[in-house]
Amino acid sequence: MIEVQNLTKYYKDFCAVNRISMTIRKGEILGLLGPNGAGKTTTLRMLTGYLRPSSGTIKVNELHMPEDVLKIKSLIGYLPESAPLYHNMLVYDYLDYVARIKGISDKETRYDRLLRLSELCGLSAIMDKPIADLSKGLKQRAGLAHAMMSDPEILILDEPTSGLDPNQIVEIRDIIKRIGKEKTIVFSTHILSEAEATCDRIAIINNGRVVADDTTLNLKKRVQENSLIRISLRGADPEKALALLKTIDSRLEVTLVDPVEENLVSFEIRSSGDQDFRSDIYLKIKETDWIILQLAKESQALEKIFRELTREVA
Amino acid sequence: MKQIKTIAVKEFKDYFISPIAYIVISLFLIVTGWFFFSTFFIFDRADLRDFFSLLPLIFSFIIPAVTMRLFSEEKNVGSYETLLTMPVSFTDIALGKFLAATMFTAAMLIPTLSYPLFISLIGEVDIGPVIGGYIGAVFLAAAYCSLGIFASSLTRNQIVAFIIGTALCFTLTILDKLLFFMPTSILPVIEFLGAGSHFATISKGIVDSRDILYFVSVVFISIFSTHIVMHEKN
Repeated sequence: MIEVQNLTKYYKDFCAVNRISMTIRKGEILGLLGPNGAGKTTTLRMLTGYLRPSSGTIKVNELHMPEDVLKIKSLIGYLPESAPLYHNMLVYDYLDYVARIKGISDKETRYDRLLRLSELCGLSAIMDKPIADLSKGLKQRAGLAHAMMSDPEILILDEPTSGLDPNQIVEIRDIIKRIGKEKTIVFSTHILSEAEATCDRIAIINNGRVVADDTTLNLKKRVQENSLIRISLRGADPEKALALLKTIDSRLEVTLVDPVEENLVSFEIRSSGDQDFRSDIYLKIKETDWIILQLAKESQALEKIFRELTREVA
Repeated sequence: MKQIKTIAVKEFKDYFISPIAYIVISLFLIVTGWFFFSTFFIFDRADLRDFFSLLPLIFSFIIPAVTMRLFSEEKNVGSYETLLTMPVSFTDIALGKFLAATMFTAAMLIPTLSYPLFISLIGEVDIGPVIGGYIGAVFLAAAYCSLGIFASSLTRNQIVAFIIGTALCFTLTILDKLLFFMPTSILPVIEFLGAGSHFATISKGIVDSRDILYFVSVVFISIFSTHIVMHEKN
């Protein structure tokens, strides 16, 4: 669907994007993940034809940039960061204008399209409000409707959830997932859990280079599982419990932490290697009269990769 | 073609959504009305010659105020990015905005049609120079609008765009009044470059293809320069 070869962008002497190559397949949700200033926005802007690359090639559906830039632009729906729309227009007027520009000239079709999008993006109640009066989340949704106006095959979203409150983030993510079933979506974020929750594939960018590009599952497998087990016990003596847990295996690193609830004793147990110790812990505790209220394993694989790969900047 | 129309209509409507349109139109009518009628009864001539001779000077301040926001505001707000990533060419955008500004200036001239109506009540008006004058005014407005748009495409700051636009339009306006500073060998060239003499011929009621060509050339060069600026800036 999208093929990028050795894409490079210089701003004067500063190299924002350095020889990025990647292929984005049809129907994929790709997350561009990276710290601030890594080159995510620049990369997306070049994909949409807004910025001209200093060198390198972009191919979308066998169309070449920049010769077929207008055709490529009509295949892509783009939502820039913080959704810059015309503030003085009403939502309806704005979306109608976008529909006209995107070539939906028939009045009936345009009306149907606006109706469908306003439902999909939850805009029905605010179609008659000026864009300037919208909250950030609503503006973002109006921007999303703008991007999806021509029912494009590819959606490019630049930090679609930045600056939103948790409820709005979940809403936008749901919309992305819903659209992602049929469309190819590329979106950028600097929030790891977001990429993990929504993407099929993650490309981590740092200092203008792709430092990792793989499916979310594979990326997790790449680092040796460094797991963290949390356990909370009722009716246990902290000292005794600590001693008991330490006898399970010498590779375990057990620390007493502040209990999550009153009258509980909580521990964090770290283990290296991919062996799962949860059953051993359970069997050991079973021999006593303590009650296990929590026994959970957290994987920190992605976070670890992200931090390792992007450490130099921090 | 359709997209040029869509953009032009949108920009034209935009003028009337914000207070800019009303402020600029009032200002224009007050200034022209005052300058024209303050001497009208002294000269005691039933024509619009003084009104038209004022226009280039007034336009060179009013029109940059009309055009300054067309690109600068979009760049400042960031909507320039949304606009450029839609399937429209640079030329469509520049032409659409240019047409909107020209239509707006033409709309601004409509209330002044009451001047010839009013004068015809108190004296015989020669209709030829009036029609010629309005045609010339639209051509002049088009030329200055295109210059203003070029100025606006250069910067994201509206005030800077206004100043550059005024400087460009003002230069064209006064060029043929500075002729006595110039060496005689290049006099005809400089006179041809200035907007004043071309506008003066049309507003006398003489439609000469050379004058039309002059205004069309100014528009073409400015829009083409705008296109180049848009292309180079990304």
